[in-house]
Amino acid sequence: MSDAGLRVIQPGLHTTVQDLGRIGSQRFGIPVSGALDPVALRAANVVVSNPQETAGLEIAVMGPVLEVQAESTRVALAGVGARLVVEGIDGGTRESPPLQSTRLRRGDRVRVAAATASAVTYLAIEGGLAFSPFLGSQATYVRGGFGGLDGRALVAGDLLPLASAVAEERTEMRLDGFDLEPASEIRVVLGPQDDYFAPDAIESFLATPYTVSREADRMGLRLDGAPLDHAKGYNIVSDGIAPGSIQVPGSRMPIILLADRQTTGGYPKIATIISADLAAVGRLLPGARLHFRAVSLAEAVAAIRLLEHEMAGLTARLSPIRPDGPDLERLYDSNLISGVTDAHANPGCSL
Amino acid sequence: MIAEPSPARFLAAGDTALVVEFGDQVDRAVSDRVIALADAIDARAIPGVIELVPTFRSLMVHYDPLRIGHGELQGVIAPLLGKLGAVRHRERLFVLPVTYGGDHGPDLDEVAERTGLTPADVVRLHTAVTYHVYALGFLPGYPYMGDGPEELSLPRRETPRVRVPMGSVCIAFRQAGIYSLESPGGWHLLGRTPVHLFDKRRENAVLLAPGDKVRFEPVSADVYDRLAEDAAAGRLEIRPAGVSA
Repeated sequence: MSDAGLRVIQPGLHTTVQDLGRIGSQRFGIPVSGALDPVALRAANVVVSNPQETAGLEIAVMGPVLEVQAESTRVALAGVGARLVVEGIDGGTRESPPLQSTRLRRGDRVRVAAATASAVTYLAIEGGLAFSPFLGSQATYVRGGFGGLDGRALVAGDLLPLASAVAEERTEMRLDGFDLEPASEIRVVLGPQDDYFAPDAIESFLATPYTVSREADRMGLRLDGAPLDHAKGYNIVSDGIAPGSIQVPGSRMPIILLADRQTTGGYPKIATIISADLAAVGRLLPGARLHFRAVSLAEAVAAIRLLEHEMAGLTARLSPIRPDGPDLERLYDSNLISGVTDAHANPGCSL
Repeated sequence: MIAEPSPARFLAAGDTALVVEFGDQVDRAVSDRVIALADAIDARAIPGVIELVPTFRSLMVHYDPLRIGHGELQGVIAPLLGKLGAVRHRERLFVLPVTYGGDHGPDLDEVAERTGLTPADVVRLHTAVTYHVYALGFLPGYPYMGDGPEELSLPRRETPRVRVPMGSVCIAFRQAGIYSLESPGGWHLLGRTPVHLFDKRRENAVLLAPGDKVRFEPVSADVYDRLAEDAAAGRLEIRPAGVSA
């Protein structure tokens, strides 16, 4: 067993190990958990050549600082506005944008500046993390104290074991033009308990905007907006909860249930977010405005087909970052365009 | 021959879950049908079905919409509904030691007072019943059980406790539960079992499954302490006491 790992220098606000969730144990009351934004985690994994379901770090609000205690490793971030700052053991500092791979060497420190436009940022690590799975998953469920690192968020001093102790040198890759923006229009399929609501409640739900309140965590998002009146009371005999279920308790304010949702619940569920829109809902920050649009099951299935088609094509969309010398786009961005133009104009230059 | 039950309803919970609803009340006959359907679907190993969640009155079928459609899934399940009487699910009986009252069961005296019984009567009534596990939920491994004696039926506490210790044995209305982890909770705490209903160190992390039967056996606080020590060390093994039909 290798002792290669990432040492946690600063843990960040709430950094947990997450994968695509713990499937198959909900009948025992065990929540699925997993990434709030699985699309972002999968994209970050693609950039470091991992299978998309590989566990990575989910980072909320404030990112961690990690030190490489392995010969080398390769990482990539996903999250709108996130940045990776590498403080090299040689004293140099470089920055890496999201969805771009970076190779790190022993002693390098990486500081994750978390996404500014998303509630969650992901750090994928080539080869993945080597925590023992619990019930088939490394996903951390803090309330139950299991998964990931002892079922808790990272703390300073932790060592995150790496599945591979070495990342070979190769051309670094990036994924351009991949949308990881939070949702503003959220598509839902009405039900399963839409008949527990007055018709004008359904109308308000679909016609008026809602705002994500400060009560927002991995379990769910409590919304503020038009109150929704129940037609038949707000207590039902508990039944199952699907990902993206929108339940309305006695407060009459809807709650979107996310990754750490309980497996069953006793409030009527007015609608369910379609699976294709769930990742973008996981990105929502408190204060975000959104509205719901009802679609048919057929439209929901068409949407998830489209998304999964795009996800299956991500690897083919990777482009290499020039291994030697400057990255042209960077040069343009840095206003060095005149120098590049001059070089082209000079026949003696072999750019 | 039992009376023909009301027909099941199929409901969509988004594009990845189908609800097969047998009723809207807590009812043993409904629960038996829910669990029998889960067994029947498990036995069929339907491609695209990801997992099943039995609840008091419905079965939630989580599925992959890219592998099977809602309509197709409904078409596979509908024919199974007529044959549920013939499906006999496995039935396991667990006998769990409980120490009643005192610090371990802080609501025993109040429950006795409010029901006009003595604490000893409450314990006698609570242990006289063989409970049916309707579903697991709320916490990993938390069993929703019934049906408790009518004499002990009380609404939930007006003010829930912020911290209920793991293993607390509780009641509300005619339901019974056991806190599988420390948690906030509003049910009445009668006692405590040393048995870990959820233990991530065990191969079967969750002790109970929907359809299981549970009885409680009173033990002294001293016995509880000894067993709790064994459980903490991972040495307390609880097996089903017998298989009944």
